[in-house]
Amino acid sequence: MKVDISGLNKFFESRIRLGVMSILMVNDSYDFNSLKAALGVTDGNLASHLKSLEENDLIRVNKKFIGKKPNTSYSATENGEKLFRVHLKALEDIIRNK
Amino acid sequence: MENKSEYIEDLRVIKKVMEESSRFLSLSGLSGLFAGLIALAGALIAVFAFFDGKFLLQGGYFAGKTAESLLQLKIQLSVLSLLVLILALGVSLWLSYRKSVRKGLRMWTPVSKRLLVNLMVPLVTGGLLIIIFYFQFNWQLVIPSMLIFYGLALVGAGKFTYNDVFYLGLIEIITGIASVIFPVYGILFWCFGFGVLHIIYGLLLYRKYER
Repeated sequence: MKVDISGLNKFFESRIRLGVMSILMVNDSYDFNSLKAALGVTDGNLASHLKSLEENDLIRVNKKFIGKKPNTSYSATENGEKLFRVHLKALEDIIRNK
Repeated sequence: MENKSEYIEDLRVIKKVMEESSRFLSLSGLSGLFAGLIALAGALIAVFAFFDGKFLLQGGYFAGKTAESLLQLKIQLSVLSLLVLILALGVSLWLSYRKSVRKGLRMWTPVSKRLLVNLMVPLVTGGLLIIIFYFQFNWQLVIPSMLIFYGLALVGAGKFTYNDVFYLGLIEIITGIASVIFPVYGILFWCFGFGVLHIIYGLLLYRKYER
């Protein structure tokens, strides 16, 4: 994952990935449909971003069943929280210093 | 490098998404105002229809009544309370729904579900206790229980909506405790807690977040 000299993480350039991480920073877990509604994105689009977040160990997937319906929810990993904080701080620093 | 406005927009998105996903922001200040007015109207009806226009609950008021007229009074008061509750809840929900539509927010989200659970546990507990007190003739405990359990519900719900709700809860609890110490003024404490405080907080929320 590329982090540039100011601490910005290339991976968070996508607003959708940024949005998913923002939600998971303040919620222990969030389900797929609620993420979709909160960010106003399509199924496929969200799914592909979630997959890349998962593959890079930023989020964890929790699959369970509510009755017979599968319910997939997501949580931020420790690594994800750390990387997001670094990125957030970099953003704030850039805006403050320029 | 990207320009600065991109980063400002990123931060704005982060803040907005964090807030909307962790707090129920559809709560309308006007619903507090109307809930307060409905509560006061209900209290006035109770005082003039059932308590001979007296705001003070002097001991001995129930002494001369027959069991039959007491039962009738209980039923009438229960119906009135239920009407006040349903009306206040209905208006609050409707106004909050309107606010959510206007602001493009969703009402039914993971955070509003958590808010509801945190509200309902103390409210249902208090509600059951009140029904028991009511039918055990522990009249003195009814008003304090209403105020205290409602306050506890708001304190718990404060984490999931505007922070101001937490402080409203604290004041309701204090009002409830005071009404235990001075039972004669029960109706006045009730009017303050459910009427005046709702009106003040409703206007405060409205000014702060909706103008």
